[in-house]
Amino acid sequence: MDKTLISGNWACGEAAIRAGCRFYAGYPITPQNELTEYMAEHMRQAEGGTFIQAESEIAAVNMVLGASAAGARAMTSSSSPGISLKQEGISALAADELPAVVVNMMRGGPGLGNILPSQGDYFQATRGGGHGDYRTIVLAPSSVQELADLTMDAFDLADAYRNPVMILGDGMTGQMMEPVVFGKPRPRHYSEKYVLKGSGEGKSRFIRALILDALRMEEHNWKLVRKYTVIAQKEVRFETFRTGNAKLVIIAYGIAARIAKGAINRLRDSGYKVGLIRPITLWPFPAQIIRDTAERIGKFLVFEMSTGQMLEDVQLALEGRARVSFYGRPGGVVPTPAELAKAIVQEYQR
Amino acid sequence: MKKVFSRPKSLKNVAFHYCAGCGHSITHRLICDAVDQLGIRGITIGVPPAGCAVLAYNYFDMDMLEAPHGRGCAVATGIKRTLPDRVVFSYQGDGDLAAIGTAETFHAANRGENITVIFINNAVYGMTGGQMAPTTLLGMTSTTSPPGRSAILDGHPIRMSEILAQLDGATYIERCAVNTPQNILRAGRAIRKAFQYQMDGVGFTMIEVLSQCPTNWKMTAAESCRWVDEVMAQTFPVGVIKDIGKGERHAD
Repeated sequence: MDKTLISGNWACGEAAIRAGCRFYAGYPITPQNELTEYMAEHMRQAEGGTFIQAESEIAAVNMVLGASAAGARAMTSSSSPGISLKQEGISALAADELPAVVVNMMRGGPGLGNILPSQGDYFQATRGGGHGDYRTIVLAPSSVQELADLTMDAFDLADAYRNPVMILGDGMTGQMMEPVVFGKPRPRHYSEKYVLKGSGEGKSRFIRALILDALRMEEHNWKLVRKYTVIAQKEVRFETFRTGNAKLVIIAYGIAARIAKGAINRLRDSGYKVGLIRPITLWPFPAQIIRDTAERIGKFLVFEMSTGQMLEDVQLALEGRARVSFYGRPGGVVPTPAELAKAIVQEYQR
Repeated sequence: MKKVFSRPKSLKNVAFHYCAGCGHSITHRLICDAVDQLGIRGITIGVPPAGCAVLAYNYFDMDMLEAPHGRGCAVATGIKRTLPDRVVFSYQGDGDLAAIGTAETFHAANRGENITVIFINNAVYGMTGGQMAPTTLLGMTSTTSPPGRSAILDGHPIRMSEILAQLDGATYIERCAVNTPQNILRAGRAIRKAFQYQMDGVGFTMIEVLSQCPTNWKMTAAESCRWVDEVMAQTFPVGVIKDIGKGERHAD
């Protein structure tokens, strides 16, 4: 197995192409530009590959909508302000039941904010993000290797559920370099019957999100919910880290979980019994493992590079069964493991 | 007896929901006629808009993918780049194409996307009840320009065909009307020619159709047809606006 030292943004692009992505449209925005640039160079070399630098994030996601309907494995990427613009298209993809992969390398917000790593888009990502009753599967990598692996999985999940899948990284996941072993390309399982390619001699089809009749629109909503229920049952992913005999469990995702691991290793060396639950799917949220852990552990600390968004999902999961505290640094601040360790000790000793 | 006129095969045999005298239904038929004549129903994919024609897939008997409001050219780009041997057209109104979707339209034209745009210009937002469109004429009343469109307050009507003709990626742009038998025949030929250009891989083509909207213009159907010639065409003159020329094969 060849190891490649590669940045997160490049690894994401390479993994997408290996997963059979053949349509990419994007618009420059820091800190994900290297992904767009990687696609510009390598998508053109891939057989049947299309790269378009779109005029806007809105155009890019709508190009993906067209390409996906026409049968391409399609992807777009951006960072926080650009992802806000893409919500119209993500809502349409969900309504049309079309697969697509959307990458968000989050930066500080709200508004234009800054270009530093942040986790302020959790609500937007996990609550659908755009208008209407829908969900996107949200995958949160905490290393470049995992970013590459999840990118490949994202295409399979998008196809399996005919639903947009979001990779929720951040400026650090996108820009740091780590060794990666890329997964092998897998065959695509996606029925031709969903592909709009001209009716030939057969019956014509249309794909649309507009359903004027309230009862039929309601039925479409419940149909989507039935799909989301299956996803919630089957696709939850998480990692537990040193939770055995823990007295306090940190809950963190993405790059924040990497920082938390550093802090936990230090604290364990000093005798503190602390562990980590790391949600890998943010939607569906791994509520059950948190509830199960609360059977034996009474204290949780949620750590996010935001003012506290996943915190609400943890509180919902626990329903008051355990004490939950929060440590957060929003706005592009990346705390050190030592800083986090201090906050953990404070809570530990409370 | 010789049959000289019939419903195109690509047009479903259902009643239109359009108002009496509306230009949409005529334009739908012209597109289907062109598709039939070129024998391309099975390889054509249409992109209907938000607006009065949002239900176009109920009438066009060919594959269709609805675009979010204004994004027709972006969606069509995605389809065409994925399936370059298909004939892809978007069908867009003036609000869709010249307001919320200006950027998508402009840049698709500039990239020379090998798609055809059918642009319905009726100088008004029809579906939402007659608000001012980017193409509303100066002095023309609408529900959002009650005293009449003012150049100072509301800006000027946009001539998208002339603007897009400036772009090197645009190969054939013609403004037509569907208010008289003669104009309808001409519009039909223009649409067919645009599809032919696309099949030859030439680049971006657009047919603008001045389309009467008697309901929101508060006119009878006959009055609205006259108004297209007498008033609307003064701001939006019909004719070929750009044609890079593709030889005899495409001569009218």
